[in-house]
Parts: sequence; structure tokens; C-alpha cells
Amino acid sequence: MSDQPPTRVRVTGPPRHHRRPAARSRLDTETPLGSLYVGSLVRAQRAAAIRTLLLLVLTVGAVPLVFHLAPGLADVELLGAPLPWLVVGVASYPVLFGLGWRHLRRSERIERDFADLVRREEDR
Amino acid sequence: MTLDAAPGVVAVVLVTVATLAIGVWGLRFSRTTSDFFVASRTVGPRLNASAIGGEYLSAASFLGVAGLLLTFGADMLWYPVGWTAGYLVLLVLVAAPLRRSGCYTLPDFAESRLGSPLVRAVCSALVVAIGWLYLLPQFQGAGITLRSAVGAPEWLGPVVVGAIVLANVTAGGMRSITFVQAFQYWLKLTALLLPAAVLLVAWLGDGTPGSRLVDTDWSLPLAGSGGQGLYTTYSLVAATFLGTMGLPHVVVRFYTNPDGRAARRTTMVVLGLLAVFYVIPPVYGALGRIYAPGLAVTGGSDVLVLELPRLVVGGPLGDVLTGLVVAGAFAAFLSTSSGLSLAVSGVIGQEVAKRSWRGRRLGGVASFRLAAVVAVAVPVLAALASANVGVARAVGLAFAVAASTFCPLLVLGIWWRGLTDVGAIAGLVVGFVGSGTAVVWVLGPTRETGWSTTLLEQPAAWSVPLAFATMIGASLLTRHRVPPDAWATLVRLHTPESLDDSEALVDRS
Repeated sequence: MSDQPPTRVRVTGPPRHHRRPAARSRLDTETPLGSLYVGSLVRAQRAAAIRTLLLLVLTVGAVPLVFHLAPGLADVELLGAPLPWLVVGVASYPVLFGLGWRHLRRSERIERDFADLVRREEDR
Repeated sequence: MTLDAAPGVVAVVLVTVATLAIGVWGLRFSRTTSDFFVASRTVGPRLNASAIGGEYLSAASFLGVAGLLLTFGADMLWYPVGWTAGYLVLLVLVAAPLRRSGCYTLPDFAESRLGSPLVRAVCSALVVAIGWLYLLPQFQGAGITLRSAVGAPEWLGPVVVGAIVLANVTAGGMRSITFVQAFQYWLKLTALLLPAAVLLVAWLGDGTPGSRLVDTDWSLPLAGSGGQGLYTTYSLVAATFLGTMGLPHVVVRFYTNPDGRAARRTTMVVLGLLAVFYVIPPVYGALGRIYAPGLAVTGGSDVLVLELPRLVVGGPLGDVLTGLVVAGAFAAFLSTSSGLSLAVSGVIGQEVAKRSWRGRRLGGVASFRLAAVVAVAVPVLAALASANVGVARAVGLAFAVAASTFCPLLVLGIWWRGLTDVGAIAGLVVGFVGSGTAVVWVLGPTRETGWSTTLLEQPAAWSVPLAFATMIGASLLTRHRVPPDAWATLVRLHTPESLDDSEALVDRS
């Protein structure tokens, strides 16, 4: 991921007194524009998070209900193993990884778009 | 059931020496308080992810899951799936904002978000409670493993593991532990994967004998039939999916990432590492059904992984494989208990450092070391004194408590501006009392069947929503107590660090 090891940072204690970086702190309520921008960032991230969690519930989360409604599926064999073992014990993992990958890409894009927006504002 | 001791002894000694050697090597880098607590935030995603994986894969994963699968069947697959899915939920809701909060521990986060020392104190107590609930079965499991593998008396395991953990934690803190944990992930993966591959080859060589005991009950991924089975399954799913983010040893790792983006990427790598690992225990469970059905009946299913290589392969190859799985199991105890002890010590250490003792204050590193002694000694003594609670069961309860307390606090603290200190405390208390009642119930002697028992044995499905509702309701009732800087804090949690050097908007005001 990162090509170079990150530089060591001296951290001396829990941040009881916030030292917020200048640019990021400026983005808060101090300017109406900053407030608007950040509000849209948080909303976009929240929407992405809810979408991913919904997909999780509808895929892996729905499996117990499916087997509850159709217990006969447990007797089906596939490649010499019971179907539920393959569905829960093997197929779940690629689904989880795929959902994570999708979300990672999405939230990084939201942040990139936000940074571009702020930089454009800066250049204006 | 004592095995020939030689491979086990060799394995335990090798793992111990390697662990201490890597710890000492890591010591060269540990100089300051921040090295001890968060490794000075220099750990990149790949190393950090290996360390998280190494720390997370406990005895419950290495030994417990295969044994549970052997005994109870497919519904136990939800444990490994849930333990992996927990990282997806963590990635989605918590990873980057938590790192950007810039705090060491959960109590730090709570205090900086809500500005209340009381919330901080409640969180500190909860971290210690969850940490000790999780440590107890690790130490007890170490006793069982050493007894089974080398015929040692059962008190030896907790003492040996406790001593090694204490040595590593007090010596090097977070920075040295990071290398140890990363090494132990790869050791555990190798120690489970290689024997599994050999066992599968042996099984193919035997002409792929089918399971003699396969039945619908065993292959159905539900805990029993009917509404109670469905409830228990979903409650387990809720506890594991939501509990991961609230485990103290998991959360503290996110502060060691250089920035929020790296924290997210670390989580993604962890997801992959766990997925690779968790495909393997079912192989042991299924082969155990064929080659060692007796273990399920005698209740010794926790040693399935340790005994299967010798039962199936035998001979010198069986000895080597046995040594390998013993090494993996021992690494599992060491790494998880190191991580937990470190997290608990971090929290106790901060409380110690704040106060003065007979007029003098301890320095950061000294109080951290003192705290580590307390953090390790209490659960070791408890493990020696109390009856065996069962590795997977106690770990499952720790997840339920974490899901009912820290999950609502983190999710609402990160995504909802309206959280207040009163709301947080009310929710934490309700969640803890709810899930804690269940802990007391399960550890107690009562055994009845029926809905009330089912509801108490897997509390997460009702205790988590209850904690959320209490936290939201009490916050709405105390709306005037919303911290004035709540919005500024949310901004800090969600704004990418790449804007730190940007002069955007600064010149405009």
C-alpha cells in the first residue's frame, strides 16, 4: 500500500486539549461554505455505509432465514459436502471481502471528490 | 488421552523462544511512551493487518471452532463467519473516523467526543471487564492444551502464558508486540493449513470415506429448529458482527495506523487474512466427524485439532504435524492474551499515571508496567481459581457485552451529532447490565429449556437494540447537554488528512 514506511510520530498523551490542524478545523462551522461541504461529506459517507450494511443483511444475513424456511436444503450435497457448509463456511468469505472492497473504493472516492472540491475552492 | 509429549514440548519451547526473541528485537525500537501505547503510529497496513490477525485469532478460533463444528454441526460456522464479518462492519462504520479521532483507547475517544470524565471512567471500567472476560478462557485454554499436549498439570498453562505475556508487554509495549503478533498470524496459518492439507491427502488416499454421522440436524446452519433456533442464530450473528468493533484489543490497533485511509486499508487486509484462515477449521471439524467421532461424545472436542493428525496419519509425520498444531495453539494463546493484556494495561496505566501516589507521580512507562502486572495477574489468578467455563462460550459472551456497550457508543459517537454524556452513560449501563445478567446466568448452574433461557444464553439480539434505544432516547431528553464542539469533532473524524496541508478556506474568513 504505502511505498515508504511512515515517519515516526511522537505522541505524548491523550489529546485532552485538541490541537486541530488549521485547514481541517477551518472546515467546521466557522464558514457557512465549510459547514455545507462537510455536511455533504458526512452524509455521503453515511449513505455509503448504510448501503453496504444493507447489502450485508440481504446476502450473508439472509442465509439463516432461508434455511429456516427451507430446511430441506440442508440435505442437498454439492461436490461431496453438504450445501450449508459450502454456503456458510466457504461462500460467505468472498462475499464479505467483495462488500468490503466495494465500500473501500467508494469511501475513498467520496473523500477524493471532497478534497478536489475544497482545492478548487482554494484556487478560486 | 495424554499424547507422546516430545513434539509438544519442542513446539512450546520453540514458540516461546521465538516470541521472546522477536519481543527483544522489537525492544530496540521502543523508547518513548508513545512507542509503548501506539508504536508511535508508524505501522503500515500490511504489517499492522498481520498483527491484528495474529492477535485476533485466539484459542477459540484455532481450537474451539473445529471442536464446536464436530460436536454441534453447521450452526457453529456462524462463529468464524461472524468474527470475519465483524471487520466488515468495523471497516464501514468505525475504522477511518476512529483513527482520525487521534486517541489511544476507547476511554480517550469517549472523553474527547463527549468531554466528560465520568463517561471516560465508565468506559475504562468496561474495557477492563471485557478484557478480563476474554482473558480468562485464554488462560484456561492454555492449561487444557498443555495438559493434553505434554501432560503438564493444568495450572502450568496459565502461569507460563501469563509470565511470557507479562515479559513481552512490560518490556516492549506496543511496538515490540506488533512484530510478535504479525509473526504469530503466519505461524498460526501455517500450523493449521499444512496439517489440514496432509489430512485431506490422507483422506483421499483412504478412498474418501463419507461421514458416518451426517444428518440434517448436523448440516443445518441453525441452532436447532423452530423460532428459538432462528433467534439463537441471529443473536449470535448480531453479537459477532457488532461486537468486534468494541473489543479493546482490536480497537487499540487502529490508533497505530498512520492515517484514516491506512486504517481502512488495514481493515481490508485483515478481512482477507481472516477469510483465508477461517476456511480451514471446518476441514478439521468434518474430518473429525469421520476419524474421531468419539471426541464429540466424550466432550473433549477442544483437543480435536491437536489429536487429529496422529489419529489419521500416525508415525513420524504425525508427530511433526502434532508439533505444528501445538505450536499454533500455543501461539494463539500468547498473541491474543498479549493483545488483551496490552489493551487493559494501557487503560489502567492511564488511570494510574493521572493520580499521584503518596505525593509522587509515576512516569508514563513505569505506570504502564505496573498496570501490566495487574492486568495479567488478575485473570491468571481467576483462571486458576475458577471452574472451566469453556473457551468459545466465554469468548462469545465477551462479544455480546462489547456489542451491547461500545458498539452503540462508537456508532452514535461517530455518526450522530446529538449524542450526550448522559445518553452515553445510560446506554452503556443498560447494555452492560442486560448482557452482564446473561453472563452471570450462563456461568451459573441453572439449566432449563424454554424461551427465557434462550433469550439469556444469547442476549445480543435484544440487548444491543435496547442499548441503542436507551442511548438515543436519553440523549434526546438531555439535548441541552450536546457538547458545543460536537460538530467540530465530527468534522475532524470524517475529513481526510490530505486536507491538513491545504490552505483551503483558511484565507477566506
